[in-house]
Amino acid sequence: MAADDLAVQAVGVHKFYGALHVLRGIDLDVRRGQVVVVAGPSGSGKSTLLRCLNHLEAIQRGTVRVCGELIGYRETARGLVELRDAEVARHRRRIGMVFQQFNLFPHLTAEGNITAGPVHVLGEPRERAVEEARRLLALVGLPEKSQAYPAQLSGGQQQRVAIARALAMRPEVMLFDEPTSALDPEMISEVLDVMTALSRQGMTMLVVTHEMGFARAVADRVVFVDEGRVIEDAPPAEFFNRPRTERGRAFLDKILH
Amino acid sequence: MAGWDWAAFQKYLLNPYLLEGAWTTVWLSVAVMAIGLGLGLLAALMRLSRHRVPRDVARFYIWLMRGTPLLVQLIIIYTGLPQLGLRLTVIQSALVGLGLNEGAYLAEIIRAGILSVPRGQFDAARAVGMPYWTMLRVVILPQAARVIIPPLGNNFNGLLKTTSLASVISLEELLRRSQMLIQLEFKVLEIFLVAACYYLAMTTLWGLVQRRLEAHFGRPYGAAPGRPARAIEGTLLEQDAR
Repeated sequence: MAADDLAVQAVGVHKFYGALHVLRGIDLDVRRGQVVVVAGPSGSGKSTLLRCLNHLEAIQRGTVRVCGELIGYRETARGLVELRDAEVARHRRRIGMVFQQFNLFPHLTAEGNITAGPVHVLGEPRERAVEEARRLLALVGLPEKSQAYPAQLSGGQQQRVAIARALAMRPEVMLFDEPTSALDPEMISEVLDVMTALSRQGMTMLVVTHEMGFARAVADRVVFVDEGRVIEDAPPAEFFNRPRTERGRAFLDKILH
Repeated sequence: MAGWDWAAFQKYLLNPYLLEGAWTTVWLSVAVMAIGLGLGLLAALMRLSRHRVPRDVARFYIWLMRGTPLLVQLIIIYTGLPQLGLRLTVIQSALVGLGLNEGAYLAEIIRAGILSVPRGQFDAARAVGMPYWTMLRVVILPQAARVIIPPLGNNFNGLLKTTSLASVISLEELLRRSQMLIQLEFKVLEIFLVAACYYLAMTTLWGLVQRRLEAHFGRPYGAAPGRPARAIEGTLLEQDAR
């Protein structure tokens, strides 16, 4: 497989929190346009894995590349050296991220949230960023909410604005960290619908979620992570019907009932 | 015995020489606040750094400034430093001494404000590719302001009065001018009471400004300026409960 065909390429990623060994050698390739659902028991390292892909967390061993570009580090004769903040920030521009708790900027309107990146990071003229924000708000089904503040929106609406905020940077890859886990049940589908539509448009997506219905319907692959390792990596039909590992089976038993 | 002289009190109440001193007190306070905010922000960020050296440097600075009397600092800067060949004017000395001191106190206030912003806000700002200073300016400090503004206002109130210490290094602010006028006119009680009235007027006026600032920065996000929040309150509480 050609390297430039890969949107995400993680090789031997290790992550420690002090003595706690969270990721124990993760290898993961995601091709452009693929939707990969990352599943696994809580504490297995799924969220940490996502946060390492855009260098919100430093890694202690291994490499992460997004669209061929080494993230967070540069290669030197003496090994990998962590990049300065400004350079890491430049890498993060093309990696969108959506959080469990939305993390919208509460002091800005929906429009302000969406334009913050384009205006303050990319230096786009405000009018153009606002125009794009309107388009994105329509895309996530909230055309009338541009002037609403996060506190005036429901959880589902906030999460859709958060997706629009990430899309405004025209990302190559979107990372979703349990995007529906903090939502009331009746709001989950409105967020999943937006994500499904996004995948149809060819967006490369890594999704940490417990929504197995979404995984079945939308994912190209399910990656099952346990104790900091990828222990299964298969198309959803295969993973759900014939998990190859005992732990995969045990996990499915628990969440599908 | 001379007794209380109403006429003199009233006369000094509008004395241009004293008013000028009061004006010096005001601009000195504003200038010191500006310097203190700059230093305080810097020291607060250094205290929050993940590197050890800036953290320790900031800690040392704050420890030193808060652990010694401002009066001693001012005297050292004005009368002590020339011994090392560093000769500052009265005004420079006052700005440096008061500014360094104020910065140390504001550093702790600003640090608390930054720490009050949820971690997820830092994550979200970084995730859209904001470099450190952009993140601070666009996302973190506007939110920290809610926590910072009230104690900041109290500090400015204190500063209006603390600047009187600069009279010791002969800076002609309100107190110094009062003392000088007394040397000429011997109306000790009348003139000092006029000075006290000026201080009271300045802090009272500032109190009004502070109340407006706090109302502005303390209102729930999305509420119209100057108007109380209406429908929003329910959603805010829901968020707090999470």
